[in-house]
Amino acid sequence: MGASVITAAPALAVRALHKRYSDVVAVGGLDLEVHPGECFGLLGPNGAGKTTTIEICEGLLTPDSGDVEVLGRRWSTDERELRQLLGIQLQETQLAEKLTVRETMGLFRSFYDRGREPEDVIALVQLEEKSRARVGSLSGGQKQRLALACALVGDPRLLFLDEPTTGLDPQARRQLWELIGELRAGGRTIVLTTHYMEEAERLCDRVAIIDHGRAIALGTPRELVETLGADHVVEFALGEVSSLSTDVLAALAGVRSVRGSDGSWALTVGELHVALPAILAEVERRGATLAELRTHSATLEDVFVSLTGRHLREGG
Amino acid sequence: MTASVSPPSVSRPRRGLREHPLTQLVKVRFLEFWREPEAVFWVFIFPILLAAGLGIAFRQRAPDVVKVGVLVSEPHAGALSDAIARDSRLDVLPLDDSAGMHALRTGRIALFVVPRAERTVEYRYDDTRPDARNARLLVDDAIQRAAGRSDVATVRERHVREPGARYIDFVVPGLLAMNLMGSGIWGVGFTIVESRRKKLLKRLIATPMSRAQFLASFILSRLAMLVLEVGAFLGFGILVFGVPARGSLGTLVLVALTSALAFSALGLLVASRVRTMEGASGLMNLVMLPMWIFSGVFFSASRFPDAAQPVIQALPLTAAADALRATLLEGASLSALAGELGILAAWLVGGFTAALALFRWR
Ligand SMILES: Nc1ncnc2c1ncn2[C@@H]1O[C@H](COP(=O)(O)OP(=O)(O)OP(=O)(O)O)[C@@H](O)[C@H]1O
Ligand SMILES: [Mg+2]
Repeated sequence: MGASVITAAPALAVRALHKRYSDVVAVGGLDLEVHPGECFGLLGPNGAGKTTTIEICEGLLTPDSGDVEVLGRRWSTDERELRQLLGIQLQETQLAEKLTVRETMGLFRSFYDRGREPEDVIALVQLEEKSRARVGSLSGGQKQRLALACALVGDPRLLFLDEPTTGLDPQARRQLWELIGELRAGGRTIVLTTHYMEEAERLCDRVAIIDHGRAIALGTPRELVETLGADHVVEFALGEVSSLSTDVLAALAGVRSVRGSDGSWALTVGELHVALPAILAEVERRGATLAELRTHSATLEDVFVSLTGRHLREGG
Repeated sequence: MTASVSPPSVSRPRRGLREHPLTQLVKVRFLEFWREPEAVFWVFIFPILLAAGLGIAFRQRAPDVVKVGVLVSEPHAGALSDAIARDSRLDVLPLDDSAGMHALRTGRIALFVVPRAERTVEYRYDDTRPDARNARLLVDDAIQRAAGRSDVATVRERHVREPGARYIDFVVPGLLAMNLMGSGIWGVGFTIVESRRKKLLKRLIATPMSRAQFLASFILSRLAMLVLEVGAFLGFGILVFGVPARGSLGTLVLVALTSALAFSALGLLVASRVRTMEGASGLMNLVMLPMWIFSGVFFSASRFPDAAQPVIQALPLTAAADALRATLLEGASLSALAGELGILAAWLVGGFTAALALFRWR
């Protein structure tokens, strides 16, 4: 192991990937490069093509066209070898309910030529107490952790996680984040998909924002937020319709961009302490009253909104 | 950076038979079966209940007494009734015309005797019913003898009532074959379709698991179950109903084994593409129903027309039932069973190969 010097060869390289289902283009020309040791996120709304992309990379789907290279190997020629090197968590899998956690781990361990001790992996995902419990009796978060354990038991060089925390309550999500954070700190290469911008911001070294099967932005979470040219977002709503317009707001000091209508607005601003008083003064001057006012630091969500005009999640 | 790329190396090679994927897969199949109480009921308890029910319904009885009616309103009715009643196998009911016809129609009597005049009688009966024809022969014999007929030929009788020729002896091997088919097809089929529906199959093929080993685990796990399944059922038949077991144990084991493997392969084939439980049940019934009817589980398959025989004989359930019957009842040798075993082996190999080729993993 590790005989050769680590070069710049990517852990995963995807070029001009296309996949369509009868009338839907699921992936429409996607390029990605994931470096060894990094945690790479595919962030996008429902139906963006994240699962389709990751499953093509996992060798579970075949693309219509395009090129996929995983750990320098190809699915068409090196499938047996690749399967030994990858750890995979699918978006939805229900493991056999009648087996215990330990039995499930024993089964998955047996598929790999080299791997970790089932007990160690159970401990790693903090399921020791549930070791003898049936899978059917686990909570949602425990099931997700078991699914992660199944992906880890073969001691993979590259880990694919498709929405590892979807459907979990905030506490279970945070626990899983810690776990993935530890794996990342251990130097493992991870590719994950998510539609939670906090998750991408917190876990990923680099993020590709995916929409309609294409990568519309790529970079570290910081870089992506910086493309907004603004650190803060001010959202406000007026009590009644007024003569306030996009042009008026955009001309205010510190305001970088404006979107909104019908008395409900979202502005990106560079310096909050300059922009906010100006906005309030303008509202006052027009004789309008504020029904709502919120500010937050700019996030990947705002990047997505500024690129597409939509939110990552409905109501999000 | 180089040092931290591989995590603290706690990874080790797989070792021993216990960690072999095939061992683990078979173990899992076995655990899943035992943890499903309904499956245990259908495989072990139900067939025994069925055999018990049939055994009781068709148990050995004293030769039946046949009930016949005599029309009482006629003048010679009394003498005629006495003559018939002299035969202990016949039971005479004096009836008037309408009651007699009603009893005949409802099957309470097999024959209605109407005295017409001195030495003249009329028999009313359904000539398509064997028991009615039998009643006519017995009654006629009694009346003719009473009227003075004597037999010309000398006849001697010897009664043979041997285990092996009773209905229960016929039906127990058939039920065993049917049970092997049911647990093979249902047991294998439902587990696979359920795993496909839950995307567990897709998860498994995302590992280095060998697909052939996965499918083989279903067939192999049936072996372990087989000992118990066959043992419990046959033990019951032999101890409670005295069903003979004339063949050698080795032959029996080989026949049961080949049958069980062939049916599991058929189960794999049936489950190879279906996605829903409803689809699976429908397809399984479609496959099994013709065999329940044509394969001679409850009555001999030879009752079907000759033209259909080549097809019927090629069905795995026919082969299994015939081979088990021949082993248990006639003590047939392996070479005598070569035909049936060949058919079963063909289903095993053909079914498994086709299943592996057709199998839908997602
Ligand atoms: N088997 C399929 N048949 C037809 N269309 C499909 C199929 N799988 C996916 N699609 C379509 O392809 C598009 C991309 O789906 P995909 O599952 O890759 O999205 P996603 O980004 O993973 O979404 P989500 O966040 O909801 O998991 C969607 O419009 C979806 O409806
Ligand atoms: Mg998805």
